[in-house]
Amino acid sequence: MTRPLTRPPRKNPILRTRVPNLPPGSRSRVTLGLTAAAARGRLELQTCRDCGTVQYPPREACRVCLSQRLEWKVQNGTGELLSETTLHHSNELFYRERLPWRLGMVRLDCGPVVVAHLHGDCVRPPSRVCIHANIDRAGQAALVAMPEKDTPNMADDRQLREMTCDPKFRKVLITDAKSPVGQSLVEAIVKAGADLVWAGYAEPWKKPPGFERLSSLPQVSLVPLDLTDSRAVKNLAGEIGGRVDILINTADHHRNYGINAREGIEVARAEMDINYFGLLRLAQEFAPAMRARGADGQSSAVAWVNLLSIFALSNFPPHGTYSASKAAALSLAQCLRAEFAPAGVRVINVFPGPIDDEWNQALPPPQIAPSRVAAEILEALRGGAEDVFPGDVAEDWMARWRDNPKVLERELAAMR
Amino acid sequence: MTGGRAGYDDVVVTTPVTVPYVRYSMRGAHWFLARALTGLLKQSGLGKDRIDGLCVSSFTLTPDSAVGLTQHLGMTLRWLDHIPMGGACGVVALRRAARAVQSGDATAVACIAGDTNHTDSFRLNLGTFSQFARDAVYPYGSGGPNASFAFITDYYMRKYGAKREDFGKLCVAQRANALKFPYALMKKPLTLEEYLNARVIAEPLRLYDCVMPCAGAEAFLVLRRGDAEKLDQPYARLLATIERHNAFPDDPIQYRSGWALDCDELYAQAGVGPRDINVVAAYDDYPVINVMQLEDLGFCNKGESPDFVRRHSFTAEGSFPFNTSGGQLSVGQAGAAGGFLGLVEIIRQITGQTIGAAVTKARFGLASGFGMINYDRGLCSGAVILATRQQ
Repeated sequence: MTRPLTRPPRKNPILRTRVPNLPPGSRSRVTLGLTAAAARGRLELQTCRDCGTVQYPPREACRVCLSQRLEWKVQNGTGELLSETTLHHSNELFYRERLPWRLGMVRLDCGPVVVAHLHGDCVRPPSRVCIHANIDRAGQAALVAMPEKDTPNMADDRQLREMTCDPKFRKVLITDAKSPVGQSLVEAIVKAGADLVWAGYAEPWKKPPGFERLSSLPQVSLVPLDLTDSRAVKNLAGEIGGRVDILINTADHHRNYGINAREGIEVARAEMDINYFGLLRLAQEFAPAMRARGADGQSSAVAWVNLLSIFALSNFPPHGTYSASKAAALSLAQCLRAEFAPAGVRVINVFPGPIDDEWNQALPPPQIAPSRVAAEILEALRGGAEDVFPGDVAEDWMARWRDNPKVLERELAAMR
Repeated sequence: MTGGRAGYDDVVVTTPVTVPYVRYSMRGAHWFLARALTGLLKQSGLGKDRIDGLCVSSFTLTPDSAVGLTQHLGMTLRWLDHIPMGGACGVVALRRAARAVQSGDATAVACIAGDTNHTDSFRLNLGTFSQFARDAVYPYGSGGPNASFAFITDYYMRKYGAKREDFGKLCVAQRANALKFPYALMKKPLTLEEYLNARVIAEPLRLYDCVMPCAGAEAFLVLRRGDAEKLDQPYARLLATIERHNAFPDDPIQYRSGWALDCDELYAQAGVGPRDINVVAAYDDYPVINVMQLEDLGFCNKGESPDFVRRHSFTAEGSFPFNTSGGQLSVGQAGAAGGFLGLVEIIRQITGQTIGAAVTKARFGLASGFGMINYDRGLCSGAVILATRQQ
């Protein structure tokens, strides 16, 4: 059984912080399909459209009938653990620093045999396990064999924690803790066992209901933070930047309308100033220290979360300038992800559908509750995903976008 | 597609050469291969221009292949092959070369295998060994072959009740053989106790279950009998060969390989049976592969090798002489030369040119090869039976 994690001692400031090493991250292009699915928290395997064979490792042709009509299909991951080993020696620094390391070979019920990281609570073979696909520190899909049924403290497994961004005993900055999503997140992250939550707030005269109660929680520390103010961002980074393990950027400026309904660019500029330049300011000030702390012990820097919008994928004309600012933020977030890659820090992009808040008042249901967005962000941190689509609208638009982005563009243009 | 296989007529194997092994070398693979070729020429008395066929195996020759080596070593050839089959490359090289000589496409084929080993080259080769290794194995703990064979060993032990002591007995016997073999890197005796208590590498494997990567080379010549006699080279006759790739793909974990498919044909072609074999060299990067070969090559039934191991001594002087040079486990694994080591030792035993422990009256010898953990198992298997000149 997994021993529960204990609160790490205060960091000894004399000791050198370890440089982050990564597991091997090179993959063939065809195998990146596995990563693409894992990025959304799914286990997908290549399936032959002609003969139905499910195969692994990924190939360029069906290993049975040689068909090249292969598609990635979701699998439930159940299977039998046939063989195991625990490494006490590794050829790569990442694993050498983390030995011993347990591995298993699992025959999936859908056919293929996979090599997987083996959770400590899986019993000796032969036994039943369930394979999940997580994004590992190298940013690639990693198969993890988990016990078929949940066990106590299973999230605290030493190996699993190297493939998740669990907030337990970590320090988290939430850039706008006043918004409905921000408040829900503070609550969820505290409940998840975070050591400390810095709750950022701009506009101190605004006192939304509920915020006072949250700010009185012992784990919560209020920090003034206005993303439009470069100096303020720099100052805060100077103060706490070296301790932030997870940064969740919830700051969001949302106004309605597209191009024709307004004169001038002031509103659009304000949206860009928070949604795009705000992210850029944050990244310039906070990312360097996080990059340096990618392997800083049990509670290393692990994740940067961006609250984007499903409108970032394709413009929603009734909220046209807002969509554009979120598209800009998405593009920048991809750059940030690439720059964080060598440090093993995961960038999680969240694309909610319309959130049930004041700026989506005029949109038809279904809208997503702020608490649900917070819950899905927490699930992504605890699991292995890097792209999250909370809510039915987000799922639906994502499916349409994947199917054909041009068709989605026409569909959105027709929505009024 | 039918047809019996032709025999090898008067094709013979001569001139066993070993380039001494070292743990690490600053030289390139070309250096070791050049020395192997020099050894062949010196020992046989052939001039370089008399070699008209070359068969090369090497992992660290990159970016060159056998082609580059012809210019590197200044050879003009009419027959050339490159066998990237790791532990099976010796058997396969001999098969290819024998047919070339038999058909007259070449008259003298030099088969050479060798690799260098820099301090970090083993790791670098692992990460790019194959597409499946890079995509689906190496990112998982980066244990290399130790991890793959740990899975196979764990499964085999559970399935057939083999004990660590059984594997240990083979390793200890091979070490005893190695102490008489001048090129073995392992110079100290090994006790069963030391084997059992060695440091854990990848459970259930411990230190002495694992080969040590090193640099070195091996070589032999394939000729017609008449040419060998003219050169006054002791020779071994080639009776039979088999090779197989990706056998039993639906076994979830490997517990047998291609020999199990082809072993009847091997003995039928040779006209002898397993009981006639006087000395065996099995591919031994890990002891579980040894026991798999004992079973799949018909020396005992599937799953009975633990009992077989308990009944024999495996030393050159004892019952069932096995890996009489010490094998890779005690000599070292010089990359692709590991695929030649056992075969070169069998050539020595059969031609009476041993430099280590000799098996008395060895008339028939069997060498087998096994190679290329592409994903979860070794894909290539092969074996040859050699016989003394007087039969």
